[in-house]
Amino acid sequence: MEIITTIINGLSLGGIYAMIALGYTMVYGIAKMLNFAHGDIIMAGAYAIFVFFNMTGHPVIAIVCAIVICVIIGVSIEKLAYKPLRGASPLAVLITAIGMSYLLQSLAQIIFGSAPKMVIMGDLGVTTIGSLRIQNYTLITLVCAIIVMVALTLFVKFTNTGRAMTAVSEDKGAAQLMGINVNKIISITFAIGSSLAALAGLFYLLKAPSVIPTLGAMPGIKAFTAAVIGGIGSIPGAMVGGFLLGIIECIVNALPGISPYVDAIEFAILIIILLVRPTGILGKVRREKV
Amino acid sequence: MKKNIQWKNFLNYFVVVILGIIFTVLTMSGGLSTSFRYLLEQITIAAIAAVSLSLVVGFLGELSLGHAGFMCAGAYIGGKVAYLLAENTGLGNSLITMIIALVVGAIVAAVLGLVIGLPALRLKGDYLAIVTLAFGEIVKFIFMNSDKKTFGGALGLDTPRFNSKYLFIVGFVLILITLAVVQNLMRSKHGRAITAIRDNEIAARATGINVTKYKLIVFMISSMFAGMAGVLYSYANYTIQSSKFDYNYSIEILVMVVLGGMGSINGSMIAATIITVLNVELATILTGNLAVLQRLVYSLILILLVIYNNAPAFKNFREKNNFRALAGRLRPHNPSRIDNDEGQWARIPTKIKMDEILSTDFAKVDSFSPDKPDKPEGGH
Amino acid sequence: MSEYVLETKDLGISFGGLKAVQDVNLSIKRRQLYGLVGPNGAGKTTIFNMLTGVYQPTTGTFYLEGEELKGLNQEKINHKGIARTFQNIRLFNNMSVIRNVMVGLHNQPEFKCGIVSSIFRLPSYYKTEKAMREKAKSILRIVGLEDERNNLACNLPYGKQRKLEIARALATNPKLLLLDEPAAGMNPQETADLVEIVKSIRDQFDLTVLLIEHDMKFVAGLCDEITVLNFGTVLAQGKTNDCLNDPEVVKAYLGG
Repeated sequence: MEIITTIINGLSLGGIYAMIALGYTMVYGIAKMLNFAHGDIIMAGAYAIFVFFNMTGHPVIAIVCAIVICVIIGVSIEKLAYKPLRGASPLAVLITAIGMSYLLQSLAQIIFGSAPKMVIMGDLGVTTIGSLRIQNYTLITLVCAIIVMVALTLFVKFTNTGRAMTAVSEDKGAAQLMGINVNKIISITFAIGSSLAALAGLFYLLKAPSVIPTLGAMPGIKAFTAAVIGGIGSIPGAMVGGFLLGIIECIVNALPGISPYVDAIEFAILIIILLVRPTGILGKVRREKV
Repeated sequence: MKKNIQWKNFLNYFVVVILGIIFTVLTMSGGLSTSFRYLLEQITIAAIAAVSLSLVVGFLGELSLGHAGFMCAGAYIGGKVAYLLAENTGLGNSLITMIIALVVGAIVAAVLGLVIGLPALRLKGDYLAIVTLAFGEIVKFIFMNSDKKTFGGALGLDTPRFNSKYLFIVGFVLILITLAVVQNLMRSKHGRAITAIRDNEIAARATGINVTKYKLIVFMISSMFAGMAGVLYSYANYTIQSSKFDYNYSIEILVMVVLGGMGSINGSMIAATIITVLNVELATILTGNLAVLQRLVYSLILILLVIYNNAPAFKNFREKNNFRALAGRLRPHNPSRIDNDEGQWARIPTKIKMDEILSTDFAKVDSFSPDKPDKPEGGH
Repeated sequence: MSEYVLETKDLGISFGGLKAVQDVNLSIKRRQLYGLVGPNGAGKTTIFNMLTGVYQPTTGTFYLEGEELKGLNQEKINHKGIARTFQNIRLFNNMSVIRNVMVGLHNQPEFKCGIVSSIFRLPSYYKTEKAMREKAKSILRIVGLEDERNNLACNLPYGKQRKLEIARALATNPKLLLLDEPAAGMNPQETADLVEIVKSIRDQFDLTVLLIEHDMKFVAGLCDEITVLNFGTVLAQGKTNDCLNDPEVVKAYLGG
């Protein structure tokens, strides 16, 4: 029974990772850049929930406000820091993104201080099926994650904007010639990624109700790892990678001897997967023509 | 045989030596505060780390985000060796102990560099970046969770602070060694092979360059010096905590290399100095409630500098107002002057477009062609 | 020693079941200038890629002076004596012209100098560097690029970049030189020069040359024998003029 609980916990954690990883992978696919500041949007979302929940006492309002704020932050980062560098080298963009990550963290520290802020949204209870006991927040997280992913997949496949996103990720120049507003598409991508990050922030708060300025750093790196494991640029890849990483993390955490090394083990798995499949599990193999 | 020495090529050694002598004399006369010597130690550590990373990033053209991992290994292993030698042998906390620690730390880091060089043979760009990042984090976590008796666990390892005013001299000497090795390597036929791999790996293979060998060598040498910087770090501090050597630290070193101009050794050293001074000074000036401003200022400077240096919109302005253009205006123009024979080892080719390192633009492939041709028939 | 410098036996390769090249049999004699022609997509460059170890052939094999080279990697094949140029020029763009050639000299036994002697600047280092520079200059002189030696490779005009690729390939001291569309993008004058250059390097280096070219005048002026490919198979093989007048070949080219 314990193993089932572990796997459900893993799926739930994997759902969070997958949502963050989707933000990474979509931005990578469309803007061809690693948005290092993405993890810190989670932190911004968590702080926003903290503020609005304490203000209104209503979780739904808090979440909606958090999403709006994260979208504003994400899109303005793109406009202010990344857009001027479009056409410049990817490494310069990467370093700017790192700078942005530091900037967001230090701003949070200035505004909220480095002491943890508690956000108690009430106990969601436990579901018992036979001898199986599952925390309700895990189930909520898992269900929400699946709904979001299905919605996102449908959006990308069947709406005009979604198809335009696919086109931009395939060939920016050609998409522009076909009359697609590339700037708008990139902004939309950042907006989607940021709102997913806000949701991830919510789920982190359900798991552990405190928020610090560096909340987003490790989940960001983990989700980035998940995106690369799945094959960066691929939306189903991010989902697969996220769930895989979540399950591995929960299984390792359940094993007494090696649980302190959980992060090291996850990174080692990343290295091994990349050595076997250099472009990740679902990544497209692209070969330079000789 | 006439060796045709060009003094220009030794300028950076002279600057380092002269600075080292000035600071030594100042220390002897008591003109240097402890905090300034600490700053000097930090600068030398950063400079060694940056020059060694520029070998991988600037010259081999591979992005590494795990440089701090090698420093971490060097710091822990070297620190432990120094501690054991100082406690258990007659050597005590002497220069010989330090040299042994440096050598051991460097060797361990070099072996790790060889290990991380292996994935570099198969991966490129972002994928290699995340693998090196993961590697650095693994090293960090291993030392963090290590046995309390051996490496101190999460609390960190106590190391012998080399209790001398002159630790920074060791740093200066190590900078000189690093410079000599990196520059001499890059100015030889092996350096040409390395830059050839950076410029066009396929052509380098077709020209008979052993790409495998050179990639591994570069990773080894680079991590070896990172390990030395780590040992120096453990000597400059009373305790070392592996949480210091996380990916943020690797990124900080990378930022030094990038701001210094990719593949420019002197640029890396100057950037390392400026960033370290900035970090240490901001930490001293901004105390108390203002301490949080340090990262804010640092990140703002970083963002603005990178945008200014790279934004296509500022290209014209940059080209009109850079140092080289200003210097050119001061120098009389003489079109008939012919430059030196560059075929000599005088200059390392340093011009590199940054996007060639983190290339995300692959050639488009036809839908039917897989990455590999079909297996040979008959199993041969 | 074998009569032929290069021999291929039923060389073929397929990608995902699609046969890109099949049953190619070439026999190239010493000092021959041999042409490989055919419409776009006929598999000419693919053959080069197999001969240089970029791809491993699916069927058949090939021999250099009687020695089977199939299965070796690109570096090894180059050491054995096959050098090539590329259709889409691949120079070391951020290095000067002479350095490009010096990279080609890297593996020559007379320029041996280990990493340790380089780092410690032992006398052998200075000797090697000087000798390499002189040798590189002499190769550049042959292709007419000596005056450009200190320019960056990426700043050269197109035709000179092609010549530099040839010089770099020559520096590896090959027995067989593979030229992939050496005259592409050249004006008639440069093409005429190139014919002379190829002939003179053949004579000076005792080379065998296999080249891909679309410019039939260039091929007719240079090669005595050619192989015509179409859709990965050999359409015609033999004396240049016979092949070019072959009705099948004319049909393949003109689509008649």
